Amino acid sequence: MAERLLLRGNEVIAEAAIRAGCQCYFAYPITPQAELLEHMARHMPRLGRTFVQAESEVAAINMVYGAAGAGVRTMTSSSSPGISLKQEGISYLAGANLPAVIVNIVRGGPGLGNIAPSQCDYFQATKGGGHGDYHIIVLGPSTVPEAGELTMLAFDLADQYRIPVMILADGLLGQMMEPVTLPDPIDPASLPVKEWATTGAKGRAPNIILSFDLDPDGLKQMNLDLQAKYRSIGENEIRYEEVATDDADIVIAAYGTIARICKSVVRQAREEGIKIGLFRPITLWPFPEAALRALSDKVDTILTVEMSAGQMWEDVRLAVAERAKTPFFGEMGGIVPTPRSILNEVKKHVR
Amino acid sequence: MPKGTVVFDVERCKGCGLCIAACPRNVLAFSGTLNRSGYDVAHMANPEDCIGCGFCAMTCPDIVIEVYREKVPS
Amino acid sequence: MSASLQNMTKVFERPESLTDARFTYCPGCHHGILTRIIGNVMDELDIAERTVGIAPVGCSVFAYLWYKADSQQVAHGRACAVATGIKRARPDLVVFSYQGDGDFASIGTAESIHAANRGENITVIFVNNQIYGMTGGEMAPTTLIDQKTTTTPYGRSAELFGYPIRFSEMIAQLEAPAYVTRQALFDTKHIMDATRAIKKAFQYQVDGKGFSLVEVLSTCPTNWRMSPVQANKYVAETVTGIFPLGDLVDRG
Repeated sequence: MAERLLLRGNEVIAEAAIRAGCQCYFAYPITPQAELLEHMARHMPRLGRTFVQAESEVAAINMVYGAAGAGVRTMTSSSSPGISLKQEGISYLAGANLPAVIVNIVRGGPGLGNIAPSQCDYFQATKGGGHGDYHIIVLGPSTVPEAGELTMLAFDLADQYRIPVMILADGLLGQMMEPVTLPDPIDPASLPVKEWATTGAKGRAPNIILSFDLDPDGLKQMNLDLQAKYRSIGENEIRYEEVATDDADIVIAAYGTIARICKSVVRQAREEGIKIGLFRPITLWPFPEAALRALSDKVDTILTVEMSAGQMWEDVRLAVAERAKTPFFGEMGGIVPTPRSILNEVKKHVR
Repeated sequence: MPKGTVVFDVERCKGCGLCIAACPRNVLAFSGTLNRSGYDVAHMANPEDCIGCGFCAMTCPDIVIEVYREKVPS
Repeated sequence: MSASLQNMTKVFERPESLTDARFTYCPGCHHGILTRIIGNVMDELDIAERTVGIAPVGCSVFAYLWYKADSQQVAHGRACAVATGIKRARPDLVVFSYQGDGDFASIGTAESIHAANRGENITVIFVNNQIYGMTGGEMAPTTLIDQKTTTTPYGRSAELFGYPIRFSEMIAQLEAPAYVTRQALFDTKHIMDATRAIKKAFQYQVDGKGFSLVEVLSTCPTNWRMSPVQANKYVAETVTGIFPLGDLVDRG
């Protein structure tokens, strides 16, 4: 039965994973995603599913690899420094064509940083992070309900394409509470059997999970297959939102919680007569390049707003090139820009 | 003592010599014949002394050897 | 041949649970003996069809080629964490990891200790040849004092790099493990002892008894710069003095 609950972002992601049929969850504690871990610790055992607090983020991602290879829906969650530790494992998951969901509740960085919200892991999430020519799908929710929806979508996309999928949230989203309506839970036993998984070779040839080929021709083919998969995802799974862009002179490009704040900025600016819109990527990989390029033909300025030194800003500039001006406004250190400060920045670019 | 014999899958042999050292009856030795991989393969130099104990096969790291033993009449 | 095969029974042949693939190991390397033993155990317990093996990084990276069973090739050191993931997802499967010195006792230290400490119901085979074979013969945590390797060209110095680590003894301190033993393969008697130990380690998993670790003293003739026969002698006469053989824990 669909339920309406008041939950914080971390809990919604956890509960959505459970309802998506996540069978195994492995993670290491780190702020600011503690509530996600705790929710799983309380609820997974009650449902006869697996919860293990791993000895490190490295161990957790490798437990995910094992469970994913054995054919179950599986997830791990962490925050920035812990996601750094997972990069080798993520590369292995990608290379071995394994489905998994990885949640990053981003905090201030680099190094130990702090526990305030940030968007400084965009490069890490979308440009690899780990070694090799690979991608993972990256989803950027901007509200608590969307965090739940995208978590459920993440499991479906992971299984459909046999690819790791990352939920790129932040400490603000993780902590804030909003009413959400959660869908009916999926029974893991009802999910389709994965014919490729290591489930015991009874009555069939052995299945081997690996990301390895000593023969360069073999590895090239492995990579060509991965690239073909990524093209297919790029053609079919791009998601973004446009607000008030039809007659805009200036458009803000933003994702995640800051995009939500920018919606207030758009509303306020419109009231003051500024023709402004918002372009909000939801899939950060694959990045909605074509849509942004098309938009940039119609506007003067695309202002990227990010809680970082400017990471998604690079993808915006790549997509837009010289078609429009591409200034940047950001905050680092875990500081969340206020609508007022963003609006002041907008005004600098409209004359 | 029952008699035995062993059969070598010659192309798998890597000439490591462990079977020769393991044999309690000095049945085995290097043959001086190279297989396609260039290894000097082991063989039964004294086949009549083989008791089919299987020690050679147990230590062979490449599962080269099959061991046969005479059926003991009941 | 001394007698016609017709009068004879075949008493030793390739285990059913192994494929026909030729081992990629060096001549005389104990990996081959150990793999054959595992194949025999899979035959005797009839578990190949529900076994998942884990191939590490190292000389045995190709372990997924040897068994008629599902396998996962995994990141260096992480086999015990991956085994945990598989076993927790599918407790009905028989899960075993097979790791060398670097994989189990260096980069994988945390994963090895914590899988043991959680009492994961898995079987771990730890191949201890006191050196890193695949990468050309570097020091391992298990390398003996004064042993020359490519990264201890003057011999391992305790002052600089510590002492050979007795990992099974460390694991034996934990409360959870069901079976911890150290075995060797340098002669027929020890091969038979090791076979019994490995069978027990798999049987305990089948019976749900918990974590089993079999450390197997092995040779690396290539990087030890010895013949296979010399290498076996070295294990018998020297290595067993540093790494004593026998059962450390048997709570079965």
